[in-house]
Amino acid sequence: MIIKEKVIKYGHNVDTDVIIPARYLNTTDEKELASHCFEDLDQAFAEKLKKAKIVVAGTNFGCGSSREHAPLAIKASGVRLVVASSFARIFFRNAINIGLPLVQSSEASQETEEGDVLEVDLSGGSIKNVTRDKVYSISPLPDFIQGVIQSGGYIPYIKGQMKK
Amino acid sequence: MPQNNSQTIAQKILAAHCGRDYVSEGEIVNAGLDIVLGNDITMPLAIQEFKKIGAEKVFDSERVVIVPDHFTPNKDIKSAQQSQLVREFASAFHIKNYFEVGKMGIEHALLPEQGLVGAGDLIIGADSHTCTYGALGAASTGVGSTDLAVAMATGKLWFRVPSSIKFVYEGKPQPWITGKDLILHTIGMIGVDGALYQSMEFRGPVIGQLSMDSRFTMSNMAIEAGGKFGIIEADKVTEQYLSQRAQRPYRVYKSDADASYDQVYRIDCSKIGLQVATPHLPSNAKPAEKLSHIGIDQVVIGSCTNGRMEDLAVSASILKGQKVKEGLRVIVIPATQEIYLEAMQKGYLKTFVEAGCVVSTPTCGPCLGGHMGILAEGEKALSTTNRNFVGRMGHPKSEVYLCGPAVAAASAVTGHIAIPQEVMDDY
Repeated sequence: MIIKEKVIKYGHNVDTDVIIPARYLNTTDEKELASHCFEDLDQAFAEKLKKAKIVVAGTNFGCGSSREHAPLAIKASGVRLVVASSFARIFFRNAINIGLPLVQSSEASQETEEGDVLEVDLSGGSIKNVTRDKVYSISPLPDFIQGVIQSGGYIPYIKGQMKK
Repeated sequence: MPQNNSQTIAQKILAAHCGRDYVSEGEIVNAGLDIVLGNDITMPLAIQEFKKIGAEKVFDSERVVIVPDHFTPNKDIKSAQQSQLVREFASAFHIKNYFEVGKMGIEHALLPEQGLVGAGDLIIGADSHTCTYGALGAASTGVGSTDLAVAMATGKLWFRVPSSIKFVYEGKPQPWITGKDLILHTIGMIGVDGALYQSMEFRGPVIGQLSMDSRFTMSNMAIEAGGKFGIIEADKVTEQYLSQRAQRPYRVYKSDADASYDQVYRIDCSKIGLQVATPHLPSNAKPAEKLSHIGIDQVVIGSCTNGRMEDLAVSASILKGQKVKEGLRVIVIPATQEIYLEAMQKGYLKTFVEAGCVVSTPTCGPCLGGHMGILAEGEKALSTTNRNFVGRMGHPKSEVYLCGPAVAAASAVTGHIAIPQEVMDDY
């Protein structure tokens, strides 16, 4: 799958409290969660989202709480992909489990600015910064995790396994 | 298997739970679980996913533990609806260890207290501070709701076998130092992603002398350095604790002497003063005495990090006969009903109320900006909790400073960040 979109750029240690503040965790409604996504980090996020659908950030993206509401809010807001230098481990699991694509690349993260256009080939393993004419390779995920992604998330994957 | 087949405690516990003698760092294993935990925030999503799997029962109705502790006693209609959903699930699936308000405590204080977790266990919980049980020599970690759903249905989950970092605590700790100061110092040293995906192993003579309560505090905050586990090998202190509580047999695992570590840190505790982490990262650890210029609006003493007996005892010893500074709000939250009762019997609650603190029923409440002490714009809180991210305790323009019980109680008297020596004549 190829994703080609403009970029919204954030810094290091974007935590789950700013992705979706706990005051909104009294619901599991994805649309409601999405309407508060990144609210405490960037009040202009909803406006930026009209033109940009890839979030690029620095190290330790998604650190903090285990709330799956965080990747759910990002996915339901319309963001198609998150690129970061590194991901916190619970966020990483949660995003894979619910089918929000993540790509880890320090180089791409450092050299990409807000408004740049990225073209990411999730199966081919590369990120192209169209604006700056640069290409970065992505190291492949373990086979098991690729299997989960190909199934469309952990629940469909497990259902498939249970049938075997 | 490599020539040297020595393993860390993390490897040994994971190996034992997938029926093997040896697992390699970095490999992905599917392992059986001893305890699976959910709360009122993470269970509603997990129930949705559990239903999608189509499972007719949970893998073991005694090993799924549900603790509604975050927005309880319910703060609003929506959270009451969520708790109702969780309550109905617990009833329908005959969950033995469901803790209703009245029995409920903050989950990571409650499970060890109730003897539900033990040494050598492999535990997952849909709460990031599930790493707390590492203090008992368990491999225990936080996951999200989908993982919880799969774990409830199958009793198994995938793990990437982590590499480990060893932290050796030596030297004679200064007065008033507790586990919170050691772990804030450690996170300050390695950063909020300093142990990303890794197992943190806390050891050395200082850990040997540390109370169980302080050990829980240290393991609890492993996640604040990105850690997967925060393990302390079981010793006499652990065995004494477990002998009075454990509901199941447990097994003590120890890292091999020649196991490999990514890093080894030796920490001289005689040089660590009382610590405060300034906004907005737990890694911003600084000596408390250098922050006496910071005035505060609220103090919180409680949470899964510091709401145990030792924390209340330390706080009460400082607040005894003292008064809360005029204009300051001080909220004390014993973490469980058992702790609440013991603190009452020992006179600590009387001390707190006479000093001008409010004492709350167990709840995660203010720690995550849920309820029971939300901050307004521009306000500053000093708190024994675990996170000081932007907006964590309320308004996005409020601030949270993290500390242990001694600094929290002393500051309750002065109204600014203080150490006990500032308010006590004969400490």
